[in-house]
Amino acid sequence: MHTHLRSASKEVVIGHDQPFVIIGERINPTGRKKFQEQLRAGDLSQVQIDVEQQVAGGADVLDVNMGVPLTDEPELLVKAIKLVQSISDLPICIDSSVIEALEAGLGAYEGKALVNSTTGEDDRMDAILPLVKKHNAAILALANDETGIPATAKERIVVVEKIIKAIEKHSIPMEDLLIDPLAMTVGADPDAVNITLETVHLIKEKFGLNMSMGASNVSFGLPNRHAVNSAFLPMAMAAGLTSAIMDSRTAEIVASVRAADLLLGYDQWGANWITRFRQQAVNA
Amino acid sequence: MSKEQVLKEIYDETMLGNGPRVIELTNQGLSEGLTPDELLFEGLIPSLEEVGARFERGDYFVPEMLIAGRAMSGALDILRPLLADTGAETVGTFLMGTVKGDVHDIGKNLVNIMLEGAGFQVIDIGVQAPPEKFIDAIKEHQPDIVGMSAFLTTTMPMFKVNIHELTKAGLRDQVIIMVGGAPVTQEYADAVGADGYASDASTAVRKAKELIAQKRALAKA
Repeated sequence: MHTHLRSASKEVVIGHDQPFVIIGERINPTGRKKFQEQLRAGDLSQVQIDVEQQVAGGADVLDVNMGVPLTDEPELLVKAIKLVQSISDLPICIDSSVIEALEAGLGAYEGKALVNSTTGEDDRMDAILPLVKKHNAAILALANDETGIPATAKERIVVVEKIIKAIEKHSIPMEDLLIDPLAMTVGADPDAVNITLETVHLIKEKFGLNMSMGASNVSFGLPNRHAVNSAFLPMAMAAGLTSAIMDSRTAEIVASVRAADLLLGYDQWGANWITRFRQQAVNA
Repeated sequence: MSKEQVLKEIYDETMLGNGPRVIELTNQGLSEGLTPDELLFEGLIPSLEEVGARFERGDYFVPEMLIAGRAMSGALDILRPLLADTGAETVGTFLMGTVKGDVHDIGKNLVNIMLEGAGFQVIDIGVQAPPEKFIDAIKEHQPDIVGMSAFLTTTMPMFKVNIHELTKAGLRDQVIIMVGGAPVTQEYADAVGADGYASDASTAVRKAKELIAQKRALAKA
């Protein structure tokens, strides 16, 4: 199953037989006070810097989130999307849980976007899926519902089944659905990552669906998070994860993802790996 | 083992998160004549305070804080009924919940641990708590402080909704309201009409104590 994301001029394919797709997560003001103040003042210069850094770091898709409290998020998101599309040809993942912002963002976007995200809650799906259908976008759906985050892989699969039914009901092609199997914090629950890996495996085996997730969650509250994330992503890839939302500025993590592509056979004869090496040698 | 040795070991083992050993030591301390108050205020609470201080400095990490909190909870389960018997005044009652639409609980749990560690009675109403749940719990438990946690910019507006609902229910003025969570700022807390905000678990405890002291001083004046 292939999920196609497009900008005006470029296509990215997510699939179980494809190199891993890195969705650069940094274009997001959450927890960044100065960036928030700039955005409130209508200054989007930091967006440009973040885009450049995510692209330079090796992002395949750019997540754009403009969730600044006490602002007009739809308007801000439209501005940001237009700006990002004017400086980069990478497809965009439109990140908001404000329905009006998603609607405005999808309207302004040129290409086939990924919408980040809905949950398996009925009212969220009822509001978001018609927009996804109307704009021919792809949708990332979290494997949780009204009752919270399911503790076991089996229970998450039940939510995925519910999401699949809703996707069918809204006549959205199944390849446009990505599941977020939910990466939880290993520092708060020693079994958290095992459950995530089992969920990834089951989603691949049972449904063959593509998946993406916020991967850095797993290392929350721990020292040397980069090393933990660098170990986690190849494990998740081996289990069937096809994409992640992550900060591509961290060379260590990007390198472990690309090495895993090679080791798992998605980068045959190491063409990408060797090209990366040569580029880095030239840049050094 | 002398009383001092028991207290010292409770302090050390709580900090290491050795739950079974802390329970053993708590029972041993009681049988050797330590009062529940002494065990709490001279063993467990100082230990958790040190855990909080280390966490704030970046010397302690989330798992260490969680297991230290769990070790303390085990001892508290033994001490709580005894403390109730002695009629010791609690530092305060803190009602805590993550707002509707939000499932994040690690930050909330860390704050709970530090509050318990400081001697607060903590009532946790869990994640995705709608306004009605806050209201029912306030009526039932009569807390001094209500803490609301939100981890998303999209769920933060629930603070304002909750405060509005508490006002409508006539409960707003009987509680202190504190808010927190990754995207929350002092500015935002002020904008929604909360009484207090803290950026991390240790600060939250300090702030909670401050606000209660202020309120009790006002009540006396």
